[in-house]
Amino acid sequence: MVVQALKDQGVDTVFGYPGGAVLPIYDEIFQQNDIKHILVRHEQGATHAAEGYARATGKPGVVLVTSGPGATNAVTGLTDALMDSIPIIVLTGQVPTFMIGSDAFQEADTVGITRPCTKHNWLVKETDNLAGVIHEAFHVATSGRPGPVLVDIPKDVQFANGSYTPPEQVQTHYNPQVKGDMAEIEKLVDLMMTAKKPIFYTGGGVINSGLAATQLLRELVAATDFPITSTLMGLGCYPASGKNWLGMLGMHGLYEANMAMHDCDLMINVGARFDDRITGRIDAFSPKSKKVHIDIDPSSINKVIRVDVPILGDIAHVLEDVLRVWKAKGRKTNKDGLAKWWAQINEWRKVDCLKFKQQGKTIKPQYALERLEALTKDHDRYITTEVGQHQMWAAQYLGFEDPNRWMTSGGLGTMGYGTPASIGVQVAHPDSLVINVAGEASWLMNMQEMGTAVQYRLPVKQFILNNERLGMVRQWQELLHGERYSHSWSEALPDFVKLAEAFGAKGILCDNADDLDEAIKEMLAYDGPVIFDCLVEKHENCFPMIPSGKAHNEMLLGEAETQGAIDAKGSVLV
Amino acid sequence: MSPLKIKKGSTSHSAYNLRPTFSDVQERHTLAAIVENEPGVLARVIGLFSGRGYNIESLTVAEVDHEGHLSRITIVTTGTPQVIVQIKAQLGRIVSVHEVHDLTVEGPAVERELAMFKVAGTGDKRIEALRLAEIFRANVVDSTLESFVFEITGDPKKIDAFADLMRPLGLLEVARTGVAALSRGSA
Repeated sequence: MVVQALKDQGVDTVFGYPGGAVLPIYDEIFQQNDIKHILVRHEQGATHAAEGYARATGKPGVVLVTSGPGATNAVTGLTDALMDSIPIIVLTGQVPTFMIGSDAFQEADTVGITRPCTKHNWLVKETDNLAGVIHEAFHVATSGRPGPVLVDIPKDVQFANGSYTPPEQVQTHYNPQVKGDMAEIEKLVDLMMTAKKPIFYTGGGVINSGLAATQLLRELVAATDFPITSTLMGLGCYPASGKNWLGMLGMHGLYEANMAMHDCDLMINVGARFDDRITGRIDAFSPKSKKVHIDIDPSSINKVIRVDVPILGDIAHVLEDVLRVWKAKGRKTNKDGLAKWWAQINEWRKVDCLKFKQQGKTIKPQYALERLEALTKDHDRYITTEVGQHQMWAAQYLGFEDPNRWMTSGGLGTMGYGTPASIGVQVAHPDSLVINVAGEASWLMNMQEMGTAVQYRLPVKQFILNNERLGMVRQWQELLHGERYSHSWSEALPDFVKLAEAFGAKGILCDNADDLDEAIKEMLAYDGPVIFDCLVEKHENCFPMIPSGKAHNEMLLGEAETQGAIDAKGSVLV
Repeated sequence: MSPLKIKKGSTSHSAYNLRPTFSDVQERHTLAAIVENEPGVLARVIGLFSGRGYNIESLTVAEVDHEGHLSRITIVTTGTPQVIVQIKAQLGRIVSVHEVHDLTVEGPAVERELAMFKVAGTGDKRIEALRLAEIFRANVVDSTLESFVFEITGDPKKIDAFADLMRPLGLLEVARTGVAALSRGSA
C-alpha cells in the first residue's frame, strides 16, 4: 500500500536504509520495478540526498528508514530541510502498535522527537488511514512554505490489509493563501514608480515557488532595471551573468550588494526571511528604506525586521500581479534617480571586493574555485557544498545562471550535507556534472556515502579544499578569540587518494597551482566518482565579512597583513 | 591581529545577534485556537511556546465539536506586541490548527475560570470563610466539621481576590482550570 501511494504521487526514487521495523515495505519494494531505491550508508545521508534531489528537481524527495536509530539519524536532515524549506517526505518504521510505549527493541518516540523539526508528522495506527495520510503528507510538504514531513508506520499496520484511498479522495483543510492582497500590491507598484534607490533582495522562496517565479522575477528586473541581490539560498534565481546582478549579500556577501542594501530607499524582499546572516546589526539594517516583503509564510513577516508593505502569497502569483499592475500604471520608474543609483553602485563595484592574489605554488582556495568555475561553467553543472569557508567562497566565485543548480545547507549550516546531497542530485540528473565543493572536515562527516556513489555508479566529483583546518572556526578564533585556535585543526587526516581507491573511486591530489587546471580536467574527464584533494593555503580568511553585531556598511574587505592591498586601518571600512 | 575592535564582554562577540528594537511593552492577550482533535496537537502548541521562548500564563483545552473532531485551546500569554503577532502567525502555521483568534483585539470578550479552594479551620475563621464565600457566590461542594471545599467561577481577578481572602482563613489547596473565553455578541 505504501508503494502504491508513492507511485500515485509520481515518486520514482526513494533514498533509504532497511531495518526490522520497515521490512514489510522493503518486501513490497522488492516486488516491483517502478520505484528505484537508493541504498545509502547512513540515514542522515538519505535525508540530505533527498534534499539534494528535491532542490535539483523541484519535486519532493522521499526517504524510507527504520524505527529507533533509523529515525533519530534522520533528525538532522529533517531540521536542515525545515530551516531551508525543502519538501521531503520521510517514512519511518515503528514497532507494532501493541508494543508502543514498552521500550521495545529499536523503539523511539519518533513523532515526539521529530515534532519540532518537521512541518507536520503523523503516526498511523490504522491501515485504512495509511494511504490517505501519505497523500496528505505530500500535500503538506509541497504546498505553502515547503518543508519536511514524517509518517511513522508501525510494523503491524504495514502488514495488515486495509482499504486504499487514492490521492484525489483525500480531503485536507490545509490550503495556504497564494494570491497576494491587491491593495498591498498597488502600494508596492506605487513605491516602485518613484523609488530613487530600489533593490530586489531575493531568497530561496523564489526557487521554491517554481520556474514561473524565476521567469517573472527576471522579467520584472529587466523591465524596471532595478539592481538585484540574493541570499545564499536564492542563488540562480537571477543569472550571475545578468547586468543587474550585484552578487550575494550578507555576512560574506559582496561589497556592492551590502552597500546597496544599506543605502537603498526601497527594498523589495522576494522570498527571503531577514536571516541574521543577512541583516547584521538589526537596528542599523538599511535605515533609510521602505521595506516590502513578499512571503508565503505569515510568520516570516515582521518576525525580525518591521516592514512597511507585507504581501502574503506565493511569489509567482504575486509577481504576476505586480507586473500586470505596473504595466497598467504606465511602466514608470524614476529614471533619473535610477541612473544616479547605478552610478553609485558602479563606484562600489570598483572596490572589486573579491580580488585576491595567487602567488607561488600554494593554491589559494579562491583561485581553485575560480579555475573550477572557468573549466566547468559551460557544462550542464550542479553544485552542492558542505558548510564553512569553502561554501562562502563557492557562493562568491561560482556563477549560477539558473535555479535548482545550487544546493547548500543555509539555515542549519549542516556540515556533512554536501556529499549525500550530491548523490541525490546525480540520481536525479544522471548525465549532468555534479560537483560537491567541500572542506576536508565537513567532507569527513558523511564520507561513507562514497560507497553509495560507487554502488550506483554516480560520477559525483568531490572537490575538497583541504586546508587541514576547520577554516571558518579558525577564522573566528583569529578575529574574535585572540588567535587561540582551540581544536580547529585536524592532526590526523586520511590520505584522500587512498581513501578514494579504497571506496573504488578515483583519487586526485593537487598541491601546486601550476598543475591545477590539468588536475581539474582529469577529474572532469573521469567517468566515475572522484575525490579531488586540493591542498590549499592553510590560513586564508574569507572576505568580505560583516562581523556579527555590525552594520552592512561596516564590512571588512581583507587583511592588510596577508594581502598587502590595503593598510590596517583601511581593513575596517566604516 | 584583530581588526574588529569589539569590546570584551559585548554581546556582539557572539555569532547570534542582538534582538531588534521593537516596542518592549508587555501585553496580556487571550488567544483561542480551534484545532484538530488528534493525538499530539497539544504537544505541538506547547512545543511551539517552549521552543520559541513564549510565555504561557494559562492554557485550557477540551473537545468542543465531537462530530468535527475539533478542540478549542484557550491560551493566555504575555509578550511585546511584536511577539504576540508572531505567536499568532506561528500558531496559524501549525497544520492541525484551523483558526486562531485574538480575543483581546477582536472586540469584547468574556473570560471565565473555575477554581476550587480547600479551606480548613474552626470557630470564627470557619464562619468568616463561609460568609466571604457567600459574598463571592462560591458554592460549598464538600464539607467536614473542620473544612470546606468551595467552588467558584468568574473572572480570573475575582478568583485571585478570593484566594487572597481565604489565605489567612486556612487555605490548604487550590485547583484552577485556567481561562476559557468567548467573544461577546453574535459574531
